[in-house]
Amino acid sequence: MMTIEQLNKIKEEKRELVMVRKLIKEQGEEMAKHTGYKKQVLICGGTGCTSSGSHKVIETLEDSLKKHGLEKDILVVRTGCFGLCALGPIMIVYPEGCFYSQMTPDHIERIVEEHLKNGNVVKEYLYQETVHSDGSILSLNETAFYKKQMRVALRNCGVIDPEQIEEYIAVDGYQALAKVLTTMTGDEVIDEITRSGLRGRGGGGFPTGRKWAFAKATESDIKYVCCNADEGDPGAFMDRSILEGDPHCVIEAMAIAGYSIGAQKGYVYVRAEYPIAVKRLQIAVDQAREYGLLGEHIFGTDFSFDIEIRLGAGAFVCGEETALMTSIEGHRGEPRPRPPFPAVKGLFGKPTILNNVETNANIAQIILKGADWFSSIGTEKSKGTKVFALGGKITNVGLVEIPMGTTLREIVEEIGGGIPNGKKFKAAQTGGPSGGCIPASHIDTPIDYDSLIALGSMMGSGGLIILDEDTCMVDISKFYLDFTVDESCGKCTPCRIGTKRLNQLLEKITEGKGEMEDLEKIEELAKHMKSSSLCALGQSAPNPVLSTLNYFKDEYIAHIKDKKCPAGVCKKLMKYEIKPDLCKGCTLCARNCPANAITGKVREPHVIDQDKCIKCGVCMQNCKFNAIEKN
Amino acid sequence: MEKKSVHAFTGTAEQESQLKAVIKEHHDQPGGLMPVLQGAQEIYGYLPIEVQQMIADGLNISLSEVYGVATFYSQFSLTPKGKNRISVCLGTACYVKGADKVLEAVEKKLGIKSGECTEDGMFSLDSTRCIGACGLAPVMMINDEVYGKMTPEQVDGIIDKYAKAGDDQ
Repeated sequence: MMTIEQLNKIKEEKRELVMVRKLIKEQGEEMAKHTGYKKQVLICGGTGCTSSGSHKVIETLEDSLKKHGLEKDILVVRTGCFGLCALGPIMIVYPEGCFYSQMTPDHIERIVEEHLKNGNVVKEYLYQETVHSDGSILSLNETAFYKKQMRVALRNCGVIDPEQIEEYIAVDGYQALAKVLTTMTGDEVIDEITRSGLRGRGGGGFPTGRKWAFAKATESDIKYVCCNADEGDPGAFMDRSILEGDPHCVIEAMAIAGYSIGAQKGYVYVRAEYPIAVKRLQIAVDQAREYGLLGEHIFGTDFSFDIEIRLGAGAFVCGEETALMTSIEGHRGEPRPRPPFPAVKGLFGKPTILNNVETNANIAQIILKGADWFSSIGTEKSKGTKVFALGGKITNVGLVEIPMGTTLREIVEEIGGGIPNGKKFKAAQTGGPSGGCIPASHIDTPIDYDSLIALGSMMGSGGLIILDEDTCMVDISKFYLDFTVDESCGKCTPCRIGTKRLNQLLEKITEGKGEMEDLEKIEELAKHMKSSSLCALGQSAPNPVLSTLNYFKDEYIAHIKDKKCPAGVCKKLMKYEIKPDLCKGCTLCARNCPANAITGKVREPHVIDQDKCIKCGVCMQNCKFNAIEKN
Repeated sequence: MEKKSVHAFTGTAEQESQLKAVIKEHHDQPGGLMPVLQGAQEIYGYLPIEVQQMIADGLNISLSEVYGVATFYSQFSLTPKGKNRISVCLGTACYVKGADKVLEAVEKKLGIKSGECTEDGMFSLDSTRCIGACGLAPVMMINDEVYGKMTPEQVDGIIDKYAKAGDDQ
């Protein structure tokens, strides 16, 4: 068992080591002298950077430090996500705060020799945004990507080593749990969370405090706290990054929730597709048990709490709360009707609360800094920050955390660094297969729960996919419908058959066989699915279609009436043609055509046989005279 | 859905004792069927009917219940996977960056569709939903190796590397 004095002792011992990574240069340098390490090298070990090869960079670095006899002077820390995944693998050196991007093992020797040994930063390997025109080096927080961000949920990601509980304790970890257990009642905790205005970050935006209050009010000897880490929205990876970068913050929040509603056991339901997150979470749970922060009589109080990890098995519907609980119970993950709500009758028939990972990541901060601090951030009805996984056609692909109310324009143009290749911004998709799009005409909308609903989209879990002029809105709707057809569990008819029929109508349109009355059929069918599906999956499945139909109706009409795909995506509506006046008859296209669809004599204009053409575009890529056009 | 002919079950006694240990570990745990199926798939690589029967007997539940759960989740496979498991991410971020063309190129190269396995058992192909490496979109995975920023043109060379490694053995 651990006492609060012991917790504080660990905090004091490790504090300077971690604070070096948070302070501005001069203070950090001063503090570094007390830590026993001359420098600290932080390398991202999250999924993004690991996929780009960061593990090889770490191995090479450790070998090289040994070779130079520096292993005792330089501390290598494998952290979670820094956010700027597009530039991975990322490596930051403290106390200078130098941001090296796109590292490969080949870069390491020179950095060790010149920078870590002799103190000369290798400027050409730095993220170029951090190198000022006069040669001075900016800190990370001064770059466009980080300047407008505010890190609450991600506060420890990319700062601490997630596999060392002591580093979490050094940055006030488990202090909120200590405060709650020794100075607050369950009702006071719930009141604090309610007053903060925190709403669920998993999609629906239900007030977290109210959810807890319902579960507290239900009488039962056994209650459960569940954490939804089944992040199924394709293109969203916020929850994964929190679990990989700061798993203890989720454990601490679940224990706090358990104390306030009177639960003794927690379950984390996490996607099996996230091996690194699962591993770090398991290490964190084991360490918390070892330190007595989970288990019997935490901090010597009457409160006992433990957590079990359950792996999902690749079913999107299990992100829905009742389906998730059915899955933990070991059954097919099908949703059940509500009411009864889980706060009354949830997991194994007992009162249960379910919070998403990012929601949990805010809890300890609210307890330590107060509800007033949290509610001072954000807009009137959406408090705090939101983490978005910024992806698609955007320069700075990665993870961003912004105060609620930041405009889409700020995210796309400033933080995101704009659209690559000089293309035009067309729309942003939020909420994944349950959400919709925000067109360019609404780019100045401040982002919060209510403004997104008003635009026909939703906050969702935080996937933010940027689409440019090359994206066909009918095709993207069909993409989402393909997804919901696959993922519909089949239990209720409106969803099982509705998604399939809706998809068929869209297929008809993308193949050029659509009729104007199909648009009415889509709206009619969507209305019924929304009102009669059993769970949110079916109720929200028509959203991507309705939203694009609302803002981009002309594109649907072009597919139906003109049999054209304006973005040039839908293959059945596309035609490659050779302009006879530009064709020199070089035969290059004919020789490269995989379908033998191009004929013609040498030095005479060639022709594409439209019946044979498979629309692969190889001819257009190979033509040296720009003689092939796509219509 | 299952088009392939029934594969002869080739489980060993050692695998069976591993499975029994997994069943014992989760026997009294509420909702233990999922962890048992996950353990069984790790041991056998897939969940043939023989294995499902052993699980049903071990946990004292009906085979239909085991089969119902095994077929509900996409992670569980009732047919063997290839020696090299290829998955192309079709998450949104990858899709808008042309992942469908990468998948097409792989299908063409191997002569199989997504969800199938080559006849020689060397490669199986699946499309997955978001492995979370959106910064590298479009992404393809072969076993545990991630290939980012893929183009259809790179597919041939990468697969050949694995085919050659198989020939050399």
